[in-house]
Amino acid sequence: MLKIHNVQVSVEGKHILNGVDIEIKPGEIHAIMGPNGSGKSTLAYTLAGHPKYHVDGGEIGLDGINILDQSPDLRARSGLFLAFQYPVEIAGVSVQNFLRVAYEAKFGKLKSIIEFRKHLQELAEELHVKKELVERSLNDGFSGGEKKRVEILQMAALQPKYAVLDETDSGLDVDAIKTIAEGVRAIVKKHKTGVIVITHYQRILKYLKPDKVHVMVKGKIIKSGGKSFAQELEKSGYAAYV
Amino acid sequence: MSRFAPIQHPQPQNNAVISDTYSLGFSDPTDSYALHSKKGLDVAMIERISAEKDEPAWMLATRLEAYKTFLAKPHHVWLPGTHVLNFEDISYYLKPVNTRPQSWDDVPAYIKNTFDRIGVPQAERDHLAGLTAQYESEKIYGSIKKIWADKGVIFLSMDEGLKQYPDLVQEYFGKVIPTGDNKFSALNTACWSGGSFVYVPKGVHIDLPLQTYFRINAQNAGQFERTLIIADEGSQVTYAEGCSSPSYSTASLHAAVVEIFVKKGARVQYITVQNWYKDVYNLVTKRAWVEEEGHMEWLDCNLGSKLTVKYPSFILAGKGARGETMSIAVASGDQHQDTGSKAIHLAPYTSSTIISKSICKGGGRTTYRGMVNIGPNAHGSKNKVVCDALIFDPESRSDTYPTERVFTNDVSLEHEATVSRIGEDQLFYLISRGLTEEEAGKMIVRGFAEPLVKKLPMEFAVEMNRLIDLEMEGSVG
Repeated sequence: MLKIHNVQVSVEGKHILNGVDIEIKPGEIHAIMGPNGSGKSTLAYTLAGHPKYHVDGGEIGLDGINILDQSPDLRARSGLFLAFQYPVEIAGVSVQNFLRVAYEAKFGKLKSIIEFRKHLQELAEELHVKKELVERSLNDGFSGGEKKRVEILQMAALQPKYAVLDETDSGLDVDAIKTIAEGVRAIVKKHKTGVIVITHYQRILKYLKPDKVHVMVKGKIIKSGGKSFAQELEKSGYAAYV
Repeated sequence: MSRFAPIQHPQPQNNAVISDTYSLGFSDPTDSYALHSKKGLDVAMIERISAEKDEPAWMLATRLEAYKTFLAKPHHVWLPGTHVLNFEDISYYLKPVNTRPQSWDDVPAYIKNTFDRIGVPQAERDHLAGLTAQYESEKIYGSIKKIWADKGVIFLSMDEGLKQYPDLVQEYFGKVIPTGDNKFSALNTACWSGGSFVYVPKGVHIDLPLQTYFRINAQNAGQFERTLIIADEGSQVTYAEGCSSPSYSTASLHAAVVEIFVKKGARVQYITVQNWYKDVYNLVTKRAWVEEEGHMEWLDCNLGSKLTVKYPSFILAGKGARGETMSIAVASGDQHQDTGSKAIHLAPYTSSTIISKSICKGGGRTTYRGMVNIGPNAHGSKNKVVCDALIFDPESRSDTYPTERVFTNDVSLEHEATVSRIGEDQLFYLISRGLTEEEAGKMIVRGFAEPLVKKLPMEFAVEMNRLIDLEMEGSVG
């Protein structure tokens, strides 16, 4: 279980999260909605361990271990994954080589690099990622949609226990949102990944069918609910709760 | 300190920048040397070097004239760091053995062992057309595969070249880099020893590299190799050089001169993987003369040395001649890599590309110094210069000094320069996928170097990546 308990976070001395509680079991999908500046992305970066985000209090437990003491790479190797809102471009490093190194950092030396590449190509096909992107430099010159899809490809390849998708749907058209949602659902089914999806828009809820939805305002979860709450938000948005 | 260090284990502040990852810093005893010159250079020493080599009179005269030029030439004011070099504290000629071994088996065991540790003879068996190993001032071993010798390819030390082909040497020696080109070309001309002499006959394409490996062993040693490559019409050759030295704390001096003649339609690729220990002053002059439709390519990698001053150049003398320089420099700690290139366009429709990449960290300094000169007859010519610098921390420094002189219209010039701080966002992105900060730094730097590394033959590419990784170890932050 990923247990976020009473987490308080400040950035450059400014309080952003004022005690957030969420519990995610393996195989569950949770959505966090809320207006700009409510602290959704701060929660994502805090989970990943970005040094800019200072944890003033609370705990984050990953299967019983408090990960707040861990460096970001250790968190990743423990099974946490962040799909970035703005994936970073890295010239000269191919997607497949990068993922091989990341995979080996987590799971140990591969038996066959060729098998791994084949596996990546299959995943790329499932996620509608153009095959040549896997051989190109990481995010270098990719379109916005391509970057987001490659984030999900990375998630599929690295098989995290828990993943945070930070506004993966923003800037995408409906078809792309549908593909990504299907991809995420397939990963959840295959690896029992627990997922937090951070979003502005209710439209992704339709395809993602989350188990729980949380509305975050001013650094606090002000309302949470199950499938019926999700359906309500899908129709009318979260504005009524802000 | 690591910005992404585990919270409960902050790493201690560590400003020791010279890494101890240099694996080739061992040394051999020098007591058995056949000749170990006293420190300092004078006329008697130059006469002695020339006598040892039993040279023709014109070469001794050239040396003595060059010595006068060396003494007369001031240090360039713009050249940083060389004024602290004490020329009196260098041994100018070191001859390890009296007679040159005829085969690898005859090489003294300690020298053989040194080259074995570096992996040089192994390299020959696997992927080279020919190999020369130079130890201190002299070639210690050399071979060329029979198939190339039979086609008339000459691959000798410069001393042997002068002995066996005196007319050819006299015709080309000092013709593209005159003695007085700069203080260090004059010094080299005065006391040169070793280096390579290569002749590739018309139309011969050598498909594997010829390689020379240079090893400095003694403390306060000077190495002054002189290389001359003549690629006759329509021929092709790749020449590669590697080097290393023991880890002393006092200065050694390496001042080489490399002259290349690329005849009509010929192509020469010259690869350098410079890995001197961080006490070596590496002051090298390299220039190619390129005739009609000829193609000169410098692939220049500088990782070692205390100070490197080197601007591989080409004079595009024939119509349609092409020149390319791709270089990468890595500087950390006290290191300064002052590198670049010069493109001299003399003929019409000539083209040149200079791509310079540099990485500095932990107080290291990289400088790009380049000159593009397009003469009055070089109409229709093209030049492109790209300088990319990657800076790791505020202690490090990178400068770019481009010069362009254009004496004709109808030319195309492009200049791009980028300077990037290694991005915290890039590091965090990779780290969040499970890479340690060090692995992430290596990956970013490898990616940065990739456009150059991918042009190297496989074995050199592997070696370059290994050296870059070593440079990055324990140093990101």
